[in-house]
Amino acid sequence: MLFKGKAITYGRDIDTDAIIAARYLNSSDMAELAEHCMEDIDPTFVERVQPGDIIVAGENFGCGSSREHAPSCIKAAGISCVVAKSFARIFFRNAINVGLPIMECPDAVDSVSDGDIVEVNADTGVISNLTTGQSWQGQAFPEFIQKIIEAGGLVARTKERM
Amino acid sequence: MAQAMTIAEKILARHAGLDEVTPGQLIECDLDIVHANDITAPIAIDVCREISSRVFDPEKVVLVPDHYAPNKDIKSAEQVKKLRDFAYEQKLAHYFEIGCMGVEHALLPEQGIVVPGDLTIGADSHTCTYGALGAFSTGMGSTDVGVAFATGRAWFKVPPSIQVVLEGEFCPDVYAKDLILTLIGMLGVDGALYQAIEFTGPAVQSISMDGRFTISNMAIEAGAKVGLFEVDDVTRAYMNGRAQRAWTEYHPDEEAHYAKTIRMNLGEIGPTVALPHLPSNTVPAASCAELEIDQAVIGSCTNGRIEDMRVAAEILRGHTVAEGVRCIIIPATQDVYRRCVHEGLMDVFLDANCAVSTPTCGPCLGGHMGVLAAGERAISTTNRNFVGRMGHKSSEVVLASPAVAAASAIMGYVCTPAQVQ
Repeated sequence: MLFKGKAITYGRDIDTDAIIAARYLNSSDMAELAEHCMEDIDPTFVERVQPGDIIVAGENFGCGSSREHAPSCIKAAGISCVVAKSFARIFFRNAINVGLPIMECPDAVDSVSDGDIVEVNADTGVISNLTTGQSWQGQAFPEFIQKIIEAGGLVARTKERM
Repeated sequence: MAQAMTIAEKILARHAGLDEVTPGQLIECDLDIVHANDITAPIAIDVCREISSRVFDPEKVVLVPDHYAPNKDIKSAEQVKKLRDFAYEQKLAHYFEIGCMGVEHALLPEQGIVVPGDLTIGADSHTCTYGALGAFSTGMGSTDVGVAFATGRAWFKVPPSIQVVLEGEFCPDVYAKDLILTLIGMLGVDGALYQAIEFTGPAVQSISMDGRFTISNMAIEAGAKVGLFEVDDVTRAYMNGRAQRAWTEYHPDEEAHYAKTIRMNLGEIGPTVALPHLPSNTVPAASCAELEIDQAVIGSCTNGRIEDMRVAAEILRGHTVAEGVRCIIIPATQDVYRRCVHEGLMDVFLDANCAVSTPTCGPCLGGHMGVLAAGERAISTTNRNFVGRMGHKSSEVVLASPAVAAASAIMGYVCTPAQVQ
């Protein structure tokens, strides 16, 4: 899978309340929640995000609550992939489970500016900044997790094995 | 003989059917309890139905409508109804209706549903609270939990453990909340990412169960998977008469390997607050007199237990809340609420002009029952102070112990009990 889009950059410790505030969680409708994605820390996100865009962020992306609504609403907002220096543990699992592609690559994060055109090859793990011509090798997933991704998420993988 | 292991490694190995595990290893485990709340269960229920028409064990699947309950609005009512319908359809042994309900992480230990040695997951990040009982418990998302509703199983990456050795004694006005805030300040919000924290040392025996729950509850705020305490006489006294199942005690081997060891002397910790907008942004509470507050919240899965209520009442007794300040007190379970009434704490709260609510997570997540307006500031015994956590994005949350929150409510600014005039 190849993802290509404009980079939307954030700093470290982007928490799940910032991604989708709990005040909206009386609903599980992801299209509705996507309208409030990143609202409290970046009110411009919803206006500027284009299908395929890639979030590029610092350490500990997705810290805080276990709400799966966070990766799901990022996906519903049109983001194709999140590249970060590191992910909070629960967000990492949730992203894999709901089929939001994620990649850890600290070097790439340091060299991507907001608005750069970025390409992520999910098969090889290569991340390229098409604006500057640089590229990096992201961290590969363990085989166990790769199988969940290939199956199309945890539900599909569980059914496959039953 | 198996290799030396930490508590986390022993519990995970046992539930994976293995003699030993090592950090980094990916394993699949049988679960003792799987739970979710009214925000996370609706998705988990759909996931479960995709896989199976029945839950794996109606005794082991627990649903607690606590976040937007009592129902805040029609949408919340629909979500809670989905839990209720599923609970009745599946004949779940543990569904807690309003009137029996409590904040999940106070309720499950109190009701003896989670016991020492368990491996438990919940679709709520503060599921790590039960580490206080010597149970490995951690938060996951709705899909992991929905799959576990159907299968009773989940995968884990065995975490390395950080050992935190506690020594000395608390000074007056210093509590478990000050300890955990101080530790998070030392570690940072990702200082224990992907790791377990194991609390040990001579001071542990002096920390009550309620205090241990507060400490384990906030392990996630340092990124940790779980915050574990070894089972001792304090745990056994708490579990006796309430445990719904036999429990297993796991003790770390002397030669167990820790990623790092941190020593903390309780006597060196003072009343501590975390300023906006990270739980790691800690400073001495006594240094914050310029921070005026609009609201104080005393409650939550972090600090809504009976000892927290007693501490708050002792400070509020004979005082009233400062003019212009709202003080909202939320006993975390129906039992804590009842004890507040029986012990006369309710009179103290009411005489002090506090509002006392039935159990709910409400204000902690900016849900209901105490949402902040633009520019307002709250002092709160809850666990997160992220941007917009309790209301408008320009509102602020200062995290504190019940003692500091009660003192601040009286004075109208952030202060310690010693500063109350």
